[in-house]
Amino acid sequence: MKVALVGNPNTGKSSVFNMLTGLRQQVGNFPGITVEKKTGSFSYQNNNYQIIDFPGTYSIYPRSNDERIVYDVLSDKSHPDFPDVCIVVADKSNLERNLLLFSQVYDMQIPIVLVLNMSDLARKKNIEVDLNQLSVLFPHAAIVETNARVALGKNRLIEAINMAKVTSQDDYFLGPLDTEAIRNPSIQETETTKRYEKIQTVLKKAITQSAHPKSYQVSKLDKWLVHPVAGYFIFAAILLTVFQFIFSFAAIPMDWIDSQFSTFSDWLSDVLPQGVFADLISQGIIPGIGGVVVFIPQIAILFFFIAILEESGYLARVVFMMDRLMRPLGLNGKSVVPLLSSVACAIPGVMATRTIADWKERMITILVAPLMSCSARIPVYTVLISLVIPSEKVFGFLNLQGLVLFGLYALGLISALLIAALLKWIIHSKDKGFLLLELPDYKYPKWKNVGLMVVEKVRVFIWDAGKIILALSVILWALASFGPGNDMENAVQQVNEKIKTQQIDEEEGEHLIASVKLENSYMGYLGKGIEPIISPLGYDWKIGISLISSFAAREVFVGSLATIYAVHEQGDDNERLVDRLKREKRNDGSAVYTLASGVSLMIFYVFAMQCIATFAVVKRETKSWKWPLIQMGFMGVLAYLSALLTYQILS
Amino acid sequence: MKKLSVIAPGTCVKIKSIHDNALKPKLLEMGLIQGNEVKVLFKAPLGDPIAIAIQGYTLSLRMDEASLIEVEDLTHSSTLI
Repeated sequence: MKVALVGNPNTGKSSVFNMLTGLRQQVGNFPGITVEKKTGSFSYQNNNYQIIDFPGTYSIYPRSNDERIVYDVLSDKSHPDFPDVCIVVADKSNLERNLLLFSQVYDMQIPIVLVLNMSDLARKKNIEVDLNQLSVLFPHAAIVETNARVALGKNRLIEAINMAKVTSQDDYFLGPLDTEAIRNPSIQETETTKRYEKIQTVLKKAITQSAHPKSYQVSKLDKWLVHPVAGYFIFAAILLTVFQFIFSFAAIPMDWIDSQFSTFSDWLSDVLPQGVFADLISQGIIPGIGGVVVFIPQIAILFFFIAILEESGYLARVVFMMDRLMRPLGLNGKSVVPLLSSVACAIPGVMATRTIADWKERMITILVAPLMSCSARIPVYTVLISLVIPSEKVFGFLNLQGLVLFGLYALGLISALLIAALLKWIIHSKDKGFLLLELPDYKYPKWKNVGLMVVEKVRVFIWDAGKIILALSVILWALASFGPGNDMENAVQQVNEKIKTQQIDEEEGEHLIASVKLENSYMGYLGKGIEPIISPLGYDWKIGISLISSFAAREVFVGSLATIYAVHEQGDDNERLVDRLKREKRNDGSAVYTLASGVSLMIFYVFAMQCIATFAVVKRETKSWKWPLIQMGFMGVLAYLSALLTYQILS
Repeated sequence: MKKLSVIAPGTCVKIKSIHDNALKPKLLEMGLIQGNEVKVLFKAPLGDPIAIAIQGYTLSLRMDEASLIEVEDLTHSSTLI
């Protein structure tokens, strides 16, 4: 049986979904559009149920692309996702607003279940609902009470679904929905007003006491958490804690994953029969998968905290506090979470912009999100900083290297905000941005919901970013493994002779061979091909190769440098590579990696959109090639010009 | 008549009307219906957006949106309730 789950935001809809399905959940997309489709399944007394969790909405008439799907599916009986039964989850303590959506779905004459959720909150607010009265008013609806947070009422709900399926639906609450209304706001206005008038009249009979605005007091928590001064300090402290976790504690599992994958690919190249196939697996596919898996700890930790903040109701306050600050930049209070997420990875960040209803504000958020310094830039920054920035103290206590790293992060953030302000003037939209946001009551986060959100985000990252990173890793491997004509074979032969005559030991010989292979591969020719373009920035063809390779993921830059300089990397320790790079000289005898070229490279990595997975996600989210191309273009130009300027000033 | 945007925190008012605007259907959906009472709860640190109590829940909206809503003091209309 197909079941649809709809309801207002903050009604505990996802708790109901999690209560029914547990871990049997999948995230996909509705065919042809980018709206996330959360599905789950469960069985009860030998019956199977497929359930779709629709985006939270206050009305059947959408205000964002996300919400449109609710109308599209429920109004079209031939839609493949059209449900047999529709569950409407309502906050029992706030029935008036919740019944608007419910009565609309009711009038679509779909078999319907009304779930009065959050019964504990209603009890706390002294609100009693007369269920008998409600069922008189809505005869074809099955009505149940639940408290999904503590999984109370699961079987009752399933039985209500079965009951709703067989009840005839031939009556209306207000009357059939006008099919023109979806396109005509003034019909919507009239309908909404009429519905509320009727809802208010009937609720007088069904509710013993309703919360009156007059009696509403500002909660103690709100007095502090949105306080003009303390509010920002508390938010800053929370942010600091979250990033402390992301950067310090995520490093432990990340190092472990890194070393496991390199051990595994070494082992594979030993046991597999030598040849192209073995190389493809041990040098293309396994490191490609490793490059995806290594980011999971950071993404999981970030979304663990975001889920807690969201579940507790605090995130809505952050939006509330930040909205006025973000607005002059063409952004929205809701842009804060996507931008923060982008510090871990721009992919979940871009996906998190779906909650921004205004097209222009959402587009600007997407366009500037990849400027936030993501975790894939850290390995690049680390190597470059230890290469050209001396480890000394400034003002007696600040480490200069740490200061530079902080500066790179700040540069990313500031440029994101400045470019957003610039885009505000460039992008035109006839709609004006708005913010109509419910501030839900504070509550303790429910760990099951937090856990499921983390699992879901990690899953989306692996599938969306993972397959692209993997595919590109294989292409880059091929470019680096094959070369035109016999150049590669000839070069290897020369090195072999050199190894014999100069009695170079085996391990060093292997690295030398790998290095000349790369030099004479298609990748090597590409690197040499772009040398004239990048030499004004202070880079040679070897850096060119590494720049191209890092399109799969920025951190590949480091591994690629290690290969071309024939250095054996050991886990996280870049000491050997840094030593080798320091000795690298140009033809005229000057060092390649100077302060000027090193800083220029760092600046390049701050701005350049060196990430094909982000490109693909932006393409999917904006449903066009135009925006990701514009984004890659302006970030590329910005990167090139700033790196050029940096190099020319410093050298 | 006053606009909701000028009402001080802690004050209860009653909604008189909403200006015609592309946002009007959304405002209505959130329960900002003529005759409903609202209480201004608090303002964001920079005075914008504001948070109001309506129909037993808390809604935040920008000053731009609040200035679309005409309200009247409860004392003047108390005889009508």
